[in-house]
Amino acid sequence: MKKSKFFESFMKYVFAVAACFSIAAVALICIFLFSSGIPTFKAIGLFKFLFGTLWRPGNDIYGILPMIVGSLYVTAGAILIGVPVGIMTSVFLTYYCPKKIYKPLKAATELLAGIPSVVYGFFGLIVIVPAIRNMELALHIHGKGNCILTASIILGIMILPSIIGVSESALRAVPHSYYEGSLAQGATKERTIFKVMLPAAASGVLAGIVLGVGRAIGETMAVVMIAGNQTKMPSSIFKGVRTMTANIVMEMGYATGLHREALIATGVVLFVFILLINAFVAAIKKKGVEHA
Amino acid sequence: MSKISVKDLDLYYGDFKALKNINIEIEPNEITAFIGPSGCGKSTLLRCLNRMNDLVQGCRIEGNVLLDGTDIYGKNVDVNLLRKKVGMVFQKPNPFPMSIYDNIAYGPRTHGIKNKAQLDEIVETSLKNAAIWDECKDRLKSSALGMSGGQQQRLCIARALACQPEVILMDEPTSALDPISTSKIEELILKLKKKYTVVIVTHNMQQAVRISDKNAFFLLGDLVEYGQTDQIFSVPKDKRTENYITGRFG
Repeated sequence: MKKSKFFESFMKYVFAVAACFSIAAVALICIFLFSSGIPTFKAIGLFKFLFGTLWRPGNDIYGILPMIVGSLYVTAGAILIGVPVGIMTSVFLTYYCPKKIYKPLKAATELLAGIPSVVYGFFGLIVIVPAIRNMELALHIHGKGNCILTASIILGIMILPSIIGVSESALRAVPHSYYEGSLAQGATKERTIFKVMLPAAASGVLAGIVLGVGRAIGETMAVVMIAGNQTKMPSSIFKGVRTMTANIVMEMGYATGLHREALIATGVVLFVFILLINAFVAAIKKKGVEHA
Repeated sequence: MSKISVKDLDLYYGDFKALKNINIEIEPNEITAFIGPSGCGKSTLLRCLNRMNDLVQGCRIEGNVLLDGTDIYGKNVDVNLLRKKVGMVFQKPNPFPMSIYDNIAYGPRTHGIKNKAQLDEIVETSLKNAAIWDECKDRLKSSALGMSGGQQQRLCIARALACQPEVILMDEPTSALDPISTSKIEELILKLKKKYTVVIVTHNMQQAVRISDKNAFFLLGDLVEYGQTDQIFSVPKDKRTENYITGRFG
């Protein structure tokens, strides 16, 4: 009797330690990033760092605006491509898909999430980059194919699994009675889906989109391989960009001193973006719960 | 002429025969009640009348259902137009998660009405006809989900009326409601029969007595007896009907 009681309380602590592990990891990352990043903001000047358009580590000029803009551009492009395709796929899976092809299709969308990003980058390099280059040639635009558009396409594909998965479960959670209620008034299936079911699932769909945004903005490897990596303000979608993640991974290997600290500070900025996105997801989820 | 006539209707869910050779004539501007124990097929028959059974996989129908003499299972029938003519109110109130106004305007908008003034008028008349205008005229823009269950159900009736139907099908419309809301809805149904043909499925026999003109008693997929409500409840012809209404089984 006593022994089993001891065992129970012992296990409680084992579980608690396991739970603390992830909290500790997040806390340590926060402490590391902010403690090494914030002095850098001071050394360079926060405004100069965030809004400077020149990145010249050799001359100790560190402005990451081109990288912030680059991250935002490729993420926005990924949304433009991934969101419509993802939502329509989830609608198909939920309302139209014949039972026979549901399983393989669902498995395929899930597999998309498991493909390593370097493979996406490789695919982009071999397939998308030449295709875009040919298109640029045909349109008489100067470019090599490594550009915002290319990165947006690949990132658009990469965010599909989170959008499809979350949107589909959100759609499935909408009461079937709404569906019947709409059809019973003589609405077509399409009207029912777009005017009743999707709006009813909006908070879930939005959460899926924001998760996808989180993935797109944090993606590194694929982007390094295909986005061109110029540290210049991009003037069109056919220009190359360097994202914040790419900036860190490309220069961290040899950076020292203030240069190294500037890269860590870039990580801080990226981290703040991710925190904002997560706060946004939490807010949507809370709203969704209140709604139900 | 009867509004709806069902002729030799058989319905199968896969191999299971849920309705067996049903013949019934539903008269215009009357309230027809379908009664019977759970699983007897009364809701299934109701859902045949606006083809909601089309949504059920493996559901197969033989026989005819005529609305004003036209077979609703015919080849050239526009199902959406049929459902506009034959509206439906469900067991559980199912307003959409949008404003009261948009809930009512949904049907008319579906059928192509875009003019704001016209929509405003339809919304007002429908809510008035469903006896809920006074309770919600000041909050038409707020969510329909904030209403009580009884209000939601009357809203759903208003929503059905907004499509300007000829027939209204009601599938146990008060089974999820308290007695006060129930009596409000019953009053409303009695008013509706002046303009519409009403078919109601109910588990509540007092309700069938209170509101219906005709009654159809179902058992295990058979239509056992169909006739005037007072006749069915006072001198049932079939022994099974008598047993059911006197509470000996069911």
